[in-house]
Amino acid sequence: MSATHQLICQEIIEVITDYLEGAMDRQLRAAFEAHLADCPHCTHYLEQMRAMIRVSGTIEAESLSPEFRDGLVAAFREWRQR
Amino acid sequence: MPSRSVAEEVVADTWLAVVTGLERFEERSALKTWLFRILTNKAKTRGRREARSLPFSSFVGDGDEAETAVVVDRFARDGHWSTPPRGVPEERLLANEARERVEAAIAALPPNQRAVITLRDVEGLSAEEACNVLGLSETNQRVLLHRARAKVRAAFERYLEEGPR
Repeated sequence: MSATHQLICQEIIEVITDYLEGAMDRQLRAAFEAHLADCPHCTHYLEQMRAMIRVSGTIEAESLSPEFRDGLVAAFREWRQR
Repeated sequence: MPSRSVAEEVVADTWLAVVTGLERFEERSALKTWLFRILTNKAKTRGRREARSLPFSSFVGDGDEAETAVVVDRFARDGHWSTPPRGVPEERLLANEARERVEAAIAALPPNQRAVITLRDVEGLSAEEACNVLGLSETNQRVLLHRARAKVRAAFERYLEEGPR
């Protein structure tokens, strides 16, 4: 991709993960950021992506069922007695 | 993994492995990464036994190869948005429903995409840690993360578009 290549919106969304992962070379990154500076729509797309990632981080690991917890405790006690 | 009960057995096996293996735990490996590695190995062993296993050997292949991140008809023929995404109102972000919708979207993903996004975005592992845990190359990890995030973002956008309740 040449330095003068301009990314269009449809290309932006396919390389957004590379951008967020810091996996872009300098040229592509410059083109990506230049597009974003001019495009409120792709800026919103990036904003939604970052918001979704933030929300994902607030999901708690599934709580264990009481039966399962009891089974685990029993297994642990059995192991301790060995 | 076929069922919740099998998943719970795998977790139980993992805890036993943790309890019995604590002495062998190496400081240089983060505890979380270590736990996930045990869990993944247990799941693989269990999967082989169950014969209804997650196909770890073809982990990246998920039938989504031709998929685009956003449905094509949201773009004009010149590749610019015809139905553009909108901004994120902070109060919609903080609602419990936001989390529930994201969680449901993650749960609906193919297993390999779900594993990657769960380790990265839910559990907060680094790319390197996720690669180690799942035995993926950097590139494959990123491809799976991209597909997973694209779908979950789409579900999140649908939630945003519904407006405040």
